[in-house]
Amino acid sequence: MSVFINGTGCISPQRSFDESFFEGHSENYTSDYLPCVLPVYKDYINPVMLRRMSKIMKMGVTSALIALKDAAVEVPDAIISGTAYGCIEDTEIFLNAILEYNETLLTPTAFIQSTHNTINSMIAIIKKCTGYNFTYVHRSFSFENAILDGMIQLENNEARNVLVGGYDELTTNQFNIYKRMHLWKYEIINSLDLLASTSPGTITGQGSSFFIASNEKSETTYCELKGLKTIFEPKEPDAMKSSLNEFLMKFNLTGADIDLCILGLNGDKESNRWYNYVTENYVPEQSLAAFKHLCGDYQTSSAFAFWLGANIIKRQIIPDVSCLKNKNIEGINNVLIYNHYNGTHHSFFLLSKC
Amino acid sequence: MSQKVFVTGLGIISSIGKGVDETLRALKSKKSGIGQIHHLNTIHKGIPTGETKFSDNELKAMVGVSDIEGFSRTALLGMIAAKEAFDDAGLSKTKHTTGILSGTTNGGMDTTEAFYRDFLSNDSKNAYITSHDCGDSTERIAKYLNSTDYMTTISTACSSSANSIMLAARLIKNGIIDRAVAGGTDGLSKFTLNGFNTLLILDKEPCKPFDDNRKGLNLGEGAGYIVLESEDIVNSENKLVYCELKGYGNANDAFHQTASSPEGEGAVLAMRKALANSGLCPEDIDYINAHGTATANNDVSEGKAIETIFGWELPLVSSTKSYTGHTLGASGGIEAVISALSIKEQMLFPNLNFKNRIKELNFSPLTEIVEYNIRNIISNSFGFGGNNTSLIFSKC
Amino acid sequence: MDELINKLKSEIIEVLKLEDIEHDDIDAEAPLFQEGLGLDSIDALELIVLLEKNYGLRIEDSKDGRKVFFSVKSLAEYIRLHNKG
Repeated sequence: MSVFINGTGCISPQRSFDESFFEGHSENYTSDYLPCVLPVYKDYINPVMLRRMSKIMKMGVTSALIALKDAAVEVPDAIISGTAYGCIEDTEIFLNAILEYNETLLTPTAFIQSTHNTINSMIAIIKKCTGYNFTYVHRSFSFENAILDGMIQLENNEARNVLVGGYDELTTNQFNIYKRMHLWKYEIINSLDLLASTSPGTITGQGSSFFIASNEKSETTYCELKGLKTIFEPKEPDAMKSSLNEFLMKFNLTGADIDLCILGLNGDKESNRWYNYVTENYVPEQSLAAFKHLCGDYQTSSAFAFWLGANIIKRQIIPDVSCLKNKNIEGINNVLIYNHYNGTHHSFFLLSKC
Repeated sequence: MSQKVFVTGLGIISSIGKGVDETLRALKSKKSGIGQIHHLNTIHKGIPTGETKFSDNELKAMVGVSDIEGFSRTALLGMIAAKEAFDDAGLSKTKHTTGILSGTTNGGMDTTEAFYRDFLSNDSKNAYITSHDCGDSTERIAKYLNSTDYMTTISTACSSSANSIMLAARLIKNGIIDRAVAGGTDGLSKFTLNGFNTLLILDKEPCKPFDDNRKGLNLGEGAGYIVLESEDIVNSENKLVYCELKGYGNANDAFHQTASSPEGEGAVLAMRKALANSGLCPEDIDYINAHGTATANNDVSEGKAIETIFGWELPLVSSTKSYTGHTLGASGGIEAVISALSIKEQMLFPNLNFKNRIKELNFSPLTEIVEYNIRNIISNSFGFGGNNTSLIFSKC
Repeated sequence: MDELINKLKSEIIEVLKLEDIEHDDIDAEAPLFQEGLGLDSIDALELIVLLEKNYGLRIEDSKDGRKVFFSVKSLAEYIRLHNKG
């Protein structure tokens, strides 16, 4: 049974919640990390609910509502999402209060909102959706786990329309803490210069992307989701060879059948060797695109790449700002998305025109 | 997708003991693990809690790791219980694809809250920074078991580990993995202790599930994992099984972020889905290991849901949280282990501290240990965010 | 009393993040929960903490809270009664 992507909703450091990005308007930043371009939330969520929502809640719920509207689905059969860190802002508020007030005079709202499945719960309440509801929290496989679950639901006819998404937010404290892990650039550069940068590290970001996956094609269909593959801690790039070959063979494809490869290049030289292996061995002549200079490198950024890929197939154009190499072929039919986070968590998605 | 899925290994650690044998002894002797807090550094030491009897250093010594490696309490508890289940099922001797599926709500919060000020101001506790997220404990468990084929972590509040078990069954039935170690872990933290305290749902005495005078829950900590294997593997390797995981269902209440709907609609849906999925009828169910947190809201709402499904032909019901406390993300896993033990021993464990039936309900929970012909058990786990899961375990 | 009622209105608006609500929008005698402002159980818990933090008065049981927090006026009266100092 086939799985189709029938709706998308994305809030990111680009103006991705409306047509602006694909009309050629892109954002770039010269800053520590990339903030999101936000819609007017009151247009989507009633003020009584909005007052309590943190940044990630607003982003998550709104991008989900945009995806549902895009697909003309009133109530999904299942809500499945992935997030590596969940609701950091509310977690920090409650944690700081515990430390500052030595466990006295604490207020409950931040605690309640800090649970990882809060966004899914709020979507269920707003849409009165009593269906299956799972939140995956496995690092940079969180979005991938959510997609796999959604595919199983659809392939087994347990659902017709699944709302599936990935999101993560960033706070100043979180940024400063993770700076100690030396993942990010020491110097501040413009995000458009990220991929050409030769210094170690990347720029981080945040965002939320949701999709309606369905086992029925509709007028709003973007593409077919053929499959995904995750690989954990391969020792060297060529250790991925047999898994990647097996993945493509499942669909009777080889690298030559891929029209566009979207890569998670992130401006860190050490990280590039993985992408170089895939491009040299699988897609040496094909069109290539990148996305992390647009959304930042964070654990669920593959959801942004998924949004980009689905839109590219639907519109049959590769936005200049994301394009690394354009072969200008007739018809972008098969898009392979390849991303890894810090060399440990590798994922591949195959999207096809249908 | 017609393969059955069987439970072939159990592992557990909680306030009532380390390991299956010690846990079973405590269950049989009606010995609750709820008491004062000894290890967590908190001003609330007097609040009755189901803390395990081990310090962080004792847990580290059990798994053979040191301070510099940044292990959270959640990870350590998980490693201990998951290894017991893994060894119990004899998994190290085989080459099948094994999934490690774990649920947690706290993740590494126990170490984050202790070192947060250091994280912000110096490099002395950097080893613990990457312990914070929920996926950390799962990956530590997977590496400890030398089993990284497939891993995932679920966080849906108190239904987290029940959902991991449900997912494991679905992945096995769909041929994505052959077997799984599934369940969950949560270490006690000031974050959750204070969080539940601000919600005014902690009982300052040992909790009284399903009692009309219940005043709230006691928090607990621990880890519980079961090994699930496909019918093909069980048959070809002549494996001994505890029971079958016959059915499962997840539904959302879609009512409120922390409270269940008064008639327990989400709970009704979850139990109905599990029954439909298992092919069983309500009259086939002998016992319900209830979510039974002893909060004013949960017990009446869950009770009404049980009455809606079972009418007057009610199975026996008890909440073993009266023994262990509410172990949050680990509760589904811990209670799955207890349910499997009930089936193996053909014995049901009581709801401690019960005196008076809830006025709005037509049943009282089981208050004594009962030897019983148990065919099928429902285990309920209902979490914040209206996330409701029911698992059905069956005698083979 | 009017001064206390106005102060409470400001504090309620701030703590519960009722950004679009003005003082005049809150009728001091109207119910705060269900109808009126339509606050819920999470808001009730926030008000319990506000009462302790700003006025040193502790409500242990959320059931007692129902009478105290019925309206801004009932809350002001409770504070006047218990905070003679």
